[in-house]
Amino acid sequence: MKKLTIFTIASVVFAISVSISCKQGDINPAIEVQVPPYFPPMVYDLQKNPVTQAGFELGKALFYEGQLSRDGMVSCGFCHQQSAGFTHHGHDLSHGVDDRLGKRNALPIQNMAFLSDFMWDGGIHDLDLQPLAPIENPVEMDESLPNVLEKLRRNPKYPPMFQRAFGTPEITGERLLKALSQFMVVMISANSRYDKYLRGQIQLTSDELRGLQLFKEKGCDKCHAGALFTDQSYRNNGLSLEFNQDLGRYEITLNEQDKYKFRVPSLRNVEVTRPYMHDGRFRNLEMVLDHYSEGMADIPTLDSIFRRPDGKRGIPMTAEEKRLIIAFLKTLTDEEFLTDKRFSEEH
Amino acid sequence: MKTNKIFNILLISFASLSISCHKEVQPEFDPSKRGFILLEFDNVVGTRDLELNRGVYRNAAGEDFTVTQLLYYVSNIRLKKADGTEYVVPQDSSYFLVREHVPDTHVIRLSVPQGDYIGVSFILGVDSLRSTMDISRRQGVLNPTDMTREEGMYWTWNSGYIFLRLEGTSPQIAPDPAGNRRFRYHIGGFGGGFGNPPVRTINNIKKIELSFKRDVAKVRSKSTPQMHIIADVLKVFNGPNTISLAQNPTVMFSPFSVNVANNYQHMFEYHHMHTVASR
Repeated sequence: MKKLTIFTIASVVFAISVSISCKQGDINPAIEVQVPPYFPPMVYDLQKNPVTQAGFELGKALFYEGQLSRDGMVSCGFCHQQSAGFTHHGHDLSHGVDDRLGKRNALPIQNMAFLSDFMWDGGIHDLDLQPLAPIENPVEMDESLPNVLEKLRRNPKYPPMFQRAFGTPEITGERLLKALSQFMVVMISANSRYDKYLRGQIQLTSDELRGLQLFKEKGCDKCHAGALFTDQSYRNNGLSLEFNQDLGRYEITLNEQDKYKFRVPSLRNVEVTRPYMHDGRFRNLEMVLDHYSEGMADIPTLDSIFRRPDGKRGIPMTAEEKRLIIAFLKTLTDEEFLTDKRFSEEH
Repeated sequence: MKTNKIFNILLISFASLSISCHKEVQPEFDPSKRGFILLEFDNVVGTRDLELNRGVYRNAAGEDFTVTQLLYYVSNIRLKKADGTEYVVPQDSSYFLVREHVPDTHVIRLSVPQGDYIGVSFILGVDSLRSTMDISRRQGVLNPTDMTREEGMYWTWNSGYIFLRLEGTSPQIAPDPAGNRRFRYHIGGFGGGFGNPPVRTINNIKKIELSFKRDVAKVRSKSTPQMHIIADVLKVFNGPNTISLAQNPTVMFSPFSVNVANNYQHMFEYHHMHTVASR
């Protein structure tokens, strides 16, 4: 039978494959989730939820299913659009049902299998449980899970899909969540120009290489670390509290030291995930770097990495250095991921 | 003691009676066989029965209040035997949700080895281990996808269970924008342990230990003791901390919730026993 390789990278030799064996004659073939060797170990346990073709397809259908929301209009894909790195294109804050405005900027959905916690404040610790939050949030999809499940049971499209994915047509919350996870763990972005450079397939321009060097010299990689471009920590990067007093990580830990701290987001596909920060206050990367060089507010929980010996705050950068760093950041754009039909909404 | 013996003799002679308070059905038992014990949770407010939406009660802060909703988890049940050992109810089947408006949930029926039991302990809430288990291990009352908004016992945005949910109204509470004078107490917090390095958060898990006092729950094949446990809602507000509803109409995941949990850990009291003869 035909083995399905759903993640293609040119040099398969380099790929570690976390695969679930697929017996001859399976009606529902397993999907191999292929991970580049320079990625950190996967956090998500594929043994507990092996990815199959039918499970992935069900997860995708659910991801783009408006019935997950109260008014039938707001799907996951509504705020997580592929061309914008699965963020809400152009929105500082996302709006859910009845145009109600959320309080934070939609995070990208990519490389989720490698994250231990989710959301800007890290309040969710298991990918399987993540979708419950937007579905039940009154300003997002505003629906209860029992209602979602009832709607899916009545929809003739779904029982057969659940049957193919899980063996029986029964629609349960656990199955819904596991199917969504199967879709999301396959959404790996590792084909940017930077990845191809790492794999020795292409060369970066001299500007991009100088940008990469500056990215390290300026210490950006201390937080935006490793292949995921995040150390998965929560930090205060000096965003002014003048217009937004969101407490961030504190709401989860209730620790004073965590006030106004937020997740260090990945920088993969950062070019297309504008606007930036937890409240989407910066329209473009230039504004972001200007903030890092001279815009930081003096807040007690400001990360010590930004406090300089002379009492000033931030990372000194010239205009030229910023231009080069941005040139490098754009090498993290993964055109294949952003246009991959396997993840696209079908019309 | 002597009168008790006479009482027993009298009872045995009336063998047709199926229910009595201190009935010695069989002196011997076979610990390799199983029987049942029932834990009945009787929710009250001080000296009065809890009547949802109707009863008007007064707390130590001098505030009148009415309860519209009361739910709490009872989990990790252990039964203490007269010989000093414990029977631990298997973890997977040791989670119960007492819902005041559903009388069936007030009585927890446990299959246990036959024997003489002198006390019980349980967790009010859900332990941290189960709180972070895979979704497949959270069935029944723990299933976060099987909860309505009105009776939600799970925080989706801050993964974890609500251990005790108490809602109501009080004329002393300032009206909200909709004009309601409501209080909402959703108490949880399993202590954290997630994140890297692991984060410690508030831990409102309370272990409750109750002695059956002078009673012995004799679980036999033909005898099922029913242990009547009182849960006094008033203790949520009156305890080590006197809590004012007007000052704290909403208590959810916050440092203040610790005061509420430190109060409600004293709300349970073993009251009396019935013995139901099994068929």
